Amino acid sequence: MPENTHGHPEPSYLEYQGKHKGLKAWIFSTDHKRIGLLYLYTILTFFGIGLLIGLLMKLELIAPGQTIMGPDTYNRFFTLHGVIMIFVVVIPGLPAVFGNFVMPIQIGAPDVAFPRLNLLSWWIYILGILLVLSSLLTGGGAPDTGWTFYAPYSFETGTNMLPAVLGAFTLGFSSILTGLNFIVTIHRMRAPGMSWFKMPLFPWALYGTGWIQLLATPVVGITLLMIVAERTLGIGFFDPDLGGDPILYQHLFWIYSHPAVYIMILPAMGAISEILPAFARKTIFGYRAIVISTLMIAFVGYFVWGHHMFTSGMSGTALYTFSLLTFIVAIPSAIKVFNWISTLHKASINVQTPFYWAISFIFVFMVGGLTGLILGSLATDVHVHDTAFVVGHFHYIVFGGTGFAFLGAMHYWFPKIYGRMYNARRANLGWLIFFIGFNALYSPMFYLGVAGMARRYYDYLPEFHSGNIISSIGAYVMATGLVIIVVNLILGARRGEKAEANPWGGKTLEWSVPSPPPLENFEKIPVVTREPYDYSA
Amino acid sequence: MHEHRDDTASKIGMWLFIFTEILLFGGLFIVYAVYRYRNPVAFHLAGEELNVIIGAINTVVLLVSSATIAMAITAMQQGKRRLSVRLLWVTILLAAVFMVNKYFEWGAKFEHGLYPGSDFLYSLSQGDVLFFGLYFAMTGLHALHIIVGAVFILFVIAYIRKGKVHETRWQLLENAGLYWHLVDLIWIFLFPLFYLIH
Amino acid sequence: MSEHHNEHTHITPFKTHLLILGALIVLTIVTVAITWTNLGVWNTTAAMVIAGLKGTLVLFYFMHLKFDQKIYRVMVLLVLAVFAAVLILTFFDYLNR
Repeated sequence: MPENTHGHPEPSYLEYQGKHKGLKAWIFSTDHKRIGLLYLYTILTFFGIGLLIGLLMKLELIAPGQTIMGPDTYNRFFTLHGVIMIFVVVIPGLPAVFGNFVMPIQIGAPDVAFPRLNLLSWWIYILGILLVLSSLLTGGGAPDTGWTFYAPYSFETGTNMLPAVLGAFTLGFSSILTGLNFIVTIHRMRAPGMSWFKMPLFPWALYGTGWIQLLATPVVGITLLMIVAERTLGIGFFDPDLGGDPILYQHLFWIYSHPAVYIMILPAMGAISEILPAFARKTIFGYRAIVISTLMIAFVGYFVWGHHMFTSGMSGTALYTFSLLTFIVAIPSAIKVFNWISTLHKASINVQTPFYWAISFIFVFMVGGLTGLILGSLATDVHVHDTAFVVGHFHYIVFGGTGFAFLGAMHYWFPKIYGRMYNARRANLGWLIFFIGFNALYSPMFYLGVAGMARRYYDYLPEFHSGNIISSIGAYVMATGLVIIVVNLILGARRGEKAEANPWGGKTLEWSVPSPPPLENFEKIPVVTREPYDYSA
Repeated sequence: MHEHRDDTASKIGMWLFIFTEILLFGGLFIVYAVYRYRNPVAFHLAGEELNVIIGAINTVVLLVSSATIAMAITAMQQGKRRLSVRLLWVTILLAAVFMVNKYFEWGAKFEHGLYPGSDFLYSLSQGDVLFFGLYFAMTGLHALHIIVGAVFILFVIAYIRKGKVHETRWQLLENAGLYWHLVDLIWIFLFPLFYLIH
Repeated sequence: MSEHHNEHTHITPFKTHLLILGALIVLTIVTVAITWTNLGVWNTTAAMVIAGLKGTLVLFYFMHLKFDQKIYRVMVLLVLAVFAAVLILTFFDYLNR
């Protein structure tokens, strides 16, 4: 326990009393740890809402024909589900929560480079959420375009597009500021002795992510503004009647939104790279290869956007090029999987809850990644394009990838965040039910997609019934697992056992400070001499 | 809590923000490139509707303003605080001149019925609609950045008055300069792309 | 956090700023003048080359890149390269439709 010169332990960041009290002490706090938790609670709330919408859609799909909602409501539901899950939950997800909470401690810094800007990012994020939500209550009601806002429908629909589009723009701005803050923090605030290649892999992942946030988000920002201008002024950029090209909208949209997938998955990979060595109790295999593959994914991931548009009427040359680049970007991901597995080779593994999440992450990530290659091949993509296969694929990657990593990170860093422990048996049970439900929910979609079930319809042909029953039941099993997990974590945070500073035997710096950490993290900024995952001593 | 000050951090932060601005305009430059490629003749003819003289004058105005803010930084670093503030006021004045020119230029277009969504514009060719749509979107967004930049400079002047920016602490001034040069940089490309199409 | 202040400040003299300004104005006149000659496709090329030249002057002198640490130049180059690559890839589609 760190003690100041008078022999009293410093108060933790949870107990620290600043000039504000109560709720204000949180929503006006510039402490990176409190801001991380602000994001956590906001994200969990909206994840719950997005999940509820998803469960209602699965209920609709449990039988052919209209079950609980008509086509119009269904269209609005999948749009809202997408907008909330992508822009509000998954993109800020790991970086804003764990990046904020853990990254500065991992690099031995008292806070991020710009603490006030960090708080501002959260406020801008809240503003963006309010804008998105205001589309529900005003004008023509929730948008029905899908989260991609494809032109020309997005400026022809009578639903309430402007607030949703401006909300997405605002959320993007918040994301940019977070990325900017992290890049500067990592450049300037690493502890003495922590050279770039002594930095843990989670900050490395956030560094790559930060660059994507910075360079990709403005493109979608301006694209969304063009949709606004199209609707309000009729500038004709994407309107075929006025000479515009709707496919250009798709180009611009995916120039951001494909790299955005890497904004989601890179921090997830970073978190997994932290969890595995801690439970394998040996150093990570191929540290440098993982770092380089992170940077390669960030870079090459910028040039594969066209694979979302294989059937939209692009030129043949563009098709071949984007398909080739898509296969190239799979290589660094495979390198990472190889390194994770090799880390486990001949390890005496300490099997605990975070470890279950990490290995199941590798499983779902591989299913998602390999089905991605089917979609990245031109010939097979034509067959499964816009079918349930695509829905299965991206849920395995986006929800499976980030979701499993997020919950794994939650269980891994939980004792650090709250200074208490959750019930491990209940946590494991929750994981098992979640894992079974998840696979039951999404794996039938691959079959349904190949068989020809189109996505984004409230109805389907009778021959798809059995697959959809399994999928819908899986959804509710998964949700049950999630309830167990969340309740268990809440109970743990409230009255779990007190946690030690380093319950898992981790070697990175966050485990060298008390749980929960004091306001400025370190009593004295540490001097780093070892590699990040040095388990030799 | 001790005050943490790291000038290099805020400079890197400013550069990163400038990168996002470059990509923000970048999206529009991509749209411009695609539509000019698809409508070469219409873009050529529509470009001749723009006033080269006003465009060139505005280019020079912005270039001079870029020089004056750069000199304001030099003056501050040399401890000539008064001169620095004067040069900043000159920069803001030049920004105002730019905006007044822009006002007249846009005003003339509006008088001829050339504005996004006007019936007259819709009666022209598709290339014209796209050209003027891009013209208003890009110069409009640029003008917005002129205003933001000028406000930024006003803030810096206030900070100099308060003694928060001085000869050993001028990073905020340099950041304002970087932002202002970015606005100039964008214009350097907008000018030939709209006014000098041949 | 080895250095707290900008590393050994380089102060650009007024004279340099004025020289650069002069060069920029001359280039502006040149680019306008070229518009009145007919060089075919080379008109656009010339206009873009001159704009690139002017931009480089602004970046290196006014924005101080020439005298800053290398990392800034690397970052600017990287960003411009990414943008150029995106533009070129987009044209893989439009050039071959």
